[in-house]
Amino acid sequence: MCEFVLQAEHLEKLIQVIRGEGYQMLGPVLRDGAIVYDQITTTQDLPRGWSDSQEKGFYRVEPGNTGAYFGYAVGPTSWKKFLQLPQRQVWRAQKTDDGLDFVQIVEEAPALAFLGIRSCELHAIGIQDRVFVDDQFCNEDYAHRRDRVLMIAVNCTSPAATCFCTSMNTGPEVTANTDLALTEVINDEEHYFLIASESYRGGQILQQLPLTPAAERHLKAAESAVQSAVYKMEQGPRSLDRAGVKDLLYRNYESPAWDLVAERCLSCANCTMACPTCFCSDVQDTTDLSGEHAERWERWDSCFTGDFSYITGGSVRPDTRSRYRQWMTHKLATWHDQFGSSGCVGCGRCITWCPVGIDITEEVQRIQAMETAL
Amino acid sequence: MTPEVFRVEQRREEFPGTFTLRIRGERAKNGSPAEFQPGQFNMLYAFGAGEIAISLSGSPRDRDGYVHTIRTHGFVSQALERLQAGDLLGVRGPFGCGWPLSAAKGKEVLIIAGGLGLAPLRPLIYNLLGDTQSVRNIRLFYGARRPDEMLYRDELAQWAGSMEIVQSVDHGDADWAGHIGVITGPLAGAELDPQNTVAFLCGPEVMMRFCIQTLTAKAVPESAIYLSMERNMKCATGHCGHCQWGPNFVCKDGPVFNFAGVQSWFNIRAL
Ligand code: SF4
Ligand code: SF4
Ligand code: FES
Repeated sequence: MCEFVLQAEHLEKLIQVIRGEGYQMLGPVLRDGAIVYDQITTTQDLPRGWSDSQEKGFYRVEPGNTGAYFGYAVGPTSWKKFLQLPQRQVWRAQKTDDGLDFVQIVEEAPALAFLGIRSCELHAIGIQDRVFVDDQFCNEDYAHRRDRVLMIAVNCTSPAATCFCTSMNTGPEVTANTDLALTEVINDEEHYFLIASESYRGGQILQQLPLTPAAERHLKAAESAVQSAVYKMEQGPRSLDRAGVKDLLYRNYESPAWDLVAERCLSCANCTMACPTCFCSDVQDTTDLSGEHAERWERWDSCFTGDFSYITGGSVRPDTRSRYRQWMTHKLATWHDQFGSSGCVGCGRCITWCPVGIDITEEVQRIQAMETAL
Repeated sequence: MTPEVFRVEQRREEFPGTFTLRIRGERAKNGSPAEFQPGQFNMLYAFGAGEIAISLSGSPRDRDGYVHTIRTHGFVSQALERLQAGDLLGVRGPFGCGWPLSAAKGKEVLIIAGGLGLAPLRPLIYNLLGDTQSVRNIRLFYGARRPDEMLYRDELAQWAGSMEIVQSVDHGDADWAGHIGVITGPLAGAELDPQNTVAFLCGPEVMMRFCIQTLTAKAVPESAIYLSMERNMKCATGHCGHCQWGPNFVCKDGPVFNFAGVQSWFNIRAL
């Protein structure tokens, strides 16, 4: 793979070249006190110079100490909302004189470019691909959207305290399929991106940019920016025993730790909405007043609701204990048996956005500690 | 995935609150709807009300339509209950893994049903009765709440000629000559050759739990027991997440499971 240097002032060119290829550009923007993903048209839209501070149940954006474009970790939204839409119409039905017609709703998938996608998020998309595209049945709406996405990944150099991607082997360096990969290097003298293409589409875009070949010192500086992120997480407060967690949870369905977490958890579903891999959905069927037309809609759903597991005779998971256990065990254990990988990429969103500060890594450690104590 | 349009050909009340629909495809390809395996289910859509998973309870050899026995329980089943002959509904399916007929070859077959659990077992019974030479014998243990809440009573009488049928009710009436109490009673008293037995179970989870205990106490191997599970289902395609049961998706890995493979999950409450 050949790496080049793109001066920071040419980031604008990158955006315009990609837009010129017909892509609608999405990227990080600062909105209502958080960095979220939305439409961007120029580098002016990016939260340049901003950073964030994250802890259990805590999130603040704050001025960073450099003018970096990508000097923050992941925020409350994930790219999931552009691929598995929060709500979409699946079909409509109409009564006719002598029958009934069902019409599938096929929306033309837009060509989207995701700018600034992190390695953990690429892995999360890979995980959803295995659910919606590579499994026995294909979700065509997801597959079409997914096919048209151009990925412009950024190696993460600013992890939050809630991040544990090094434990999950999903980052901070880009280690999943992408079209372009960037590393931002900023210091007193220089501000540039190391850039490489990893696909044909990525290569087509590189050709149109004002690049210079990367020298040894550029590679070293980029490498050390990523290494410092690794170091920061290794020194940081969070880690997870990836290799042992599946068996640990399979052994501990009746751990008293579930009762303890259930005392704090509100079953509010925030964690599932923020998580980039949670894929559950519900359907809603409606009719209009005439009774001649009906629609089916699909919406994000959460395993924390009572209706989620409802069958004749009541909810299979009637309490928070069984729901939190389902959620965490699914992420970290049963997912391996279902789709051949963990369902967690270590992005830390569920930790930051839990209103009562429940931390998945801490809960794993509690189960471990209680098992040892027994 | 959009539903196919089907029309109700016949509606039959089994007993108050439980009814059977025979439905026929409106524009089925080659004139016949997709073939199904005993134990599979369809998603039935009542216009505007929604969709629910209902097992196929007709004969797999009947290629003209599908038969579904439905209990009125929620909003959607109430809407289905209002359908009369000639009315339309939507159908997606068949879905899931059914009863493994090959496991019955040369065996003593025990079919154990509780309440509405007889519905998904009926296609299996039809297939077995159509080829009785392939098995050693067939016995049906069927438990219901009351005599008038037994499904397919006319057929039960017919089947009695070709297989042993043990019926049990929780509450008898003046005419009831059969067993009273849970079905595990007669099951425990049954003579069987455990190494040459295969059991197919469908009913409420507690009933299956006790029947499995009874069977394993009689030395029937766990691997010779098959059961059909019920979970909330929205998509039937492994995408909505609702039907998860440990690592299993009931919609695509089940609804029929081999007990040996799911034993550890079966024993966890509120999974
Ligand atoms: S479970 Fe939490 S840390 Fe893991 S991917 Fe989901 S939101 Fe991120
Ligand atoms: S763990 Fe936190 S975010 Fe998730 S449902 Fe419980 S209270 Fe809500
Ligand atoms: S019914 Fe949706 S995943 Fe099984």
